[in-house]
Amino acid sequence: MDSPVGVERLHPLHGRRGGGAAVGLTPAQAAVRISLRAKPDAVSALSGGLGLDLPTRPKTAVVNADGTRSALWLGPDEWLVIDDGEHGGSADLVKALADTGVLHSAVDVSHRQTAIMVTGEAAAETLAAGCPQDLSLKAFPVNACSRTVLGKIEIVLWRMADDMFRVECWRSYSDYAFAFLSEAARDAKA
Amino acid sequence: MLLIRCPYCDESRPEIEFRHAGEAHIVRSDKMADLTPDEFERYFFLRDNRKGDVYERWRHIHGCGRFLNAVRNTVTDRFLMTYKAGEPRPALPDPQAQAAATEGNGQ
Repeated sequence: MDSPVGVERLHPLHGRRGGGAAVGLTPAQAAVRISLRAKPDAVSALSGGLGLDLPTRPKTAVVNADGTRSALWLGPDEWLVIDDGEHGGSADLVKALADTGVLHSAVDVSHRQTAIMVTGEAAAETLAAGCPQDLSLKAFPVNACSRTVLGKIEIVLWRMADDMFRVECWRSYSDYAFAFLSEAARDAKA
Repeated sequence: MLLIRCPYCDESRPEIEFRHAGEAHIVRSDKMADLTPDEFERYFFLRDNRKGDVYERWRHIHGCGRFLNAVRNTVTDRFLMTYKAGEPRPALPDPQAQAAATEGNGQ
């Protein structure tokens, strides 16, 4: 994202790489994130504003047609919207939502959170070192997402493919999350 | 690990995603300003703390974030049932149904 003073914002996990042959850990690229809360009667209008259908089924994520924007169900009236189009996302989602005119709360949490991509055949095994949920494909299929726990911190976990997870965590915890996953990756399928 | 069924997520989830939130079905008076100190003490501080099946509030804080109600046995730590906040206090399930319900949930 362009800064008015020409200083590039550093990713909290700038330059970090982790994992091994069976699992890779990479910081996700910058993204616009919105914490969205709304009652059921506002969902269809807000979906129109975002250009995707907000999921209403627990534990599901929906991605838009060109794969740049996604909405993750976090609770019955709460979603996490992530937009990583255009190299870090410059979309003004708060405005897009405000233009719908329906009652809702949209808070920009782009820089509160960051994300780590966990990829590879041992991805689920690596996460299972600290996440108490059942991460088998049957219980946690592709496009399942959930707020949950990793070690000592809260995360939002999203399975984007069979062997690819996105771990959203608060930026001040990202160092812990990355170190935790690096250790777990060492133990998973060496 | 204990599994607790969240009625909002419609799934059994690990206990560490939840936080205990005290006794359930405590009704706040419509006329708080008129309560005597004794009545307020009863409402605010005094709890039954029963041994056996109790109605409790829990919060799925590291999940959907919602408060829910649960019936838990304080001796065995078994969750007999959970239901959404705001729903009326349900009758306790009969012991045979309890045994069947808790059989398969990993406790």
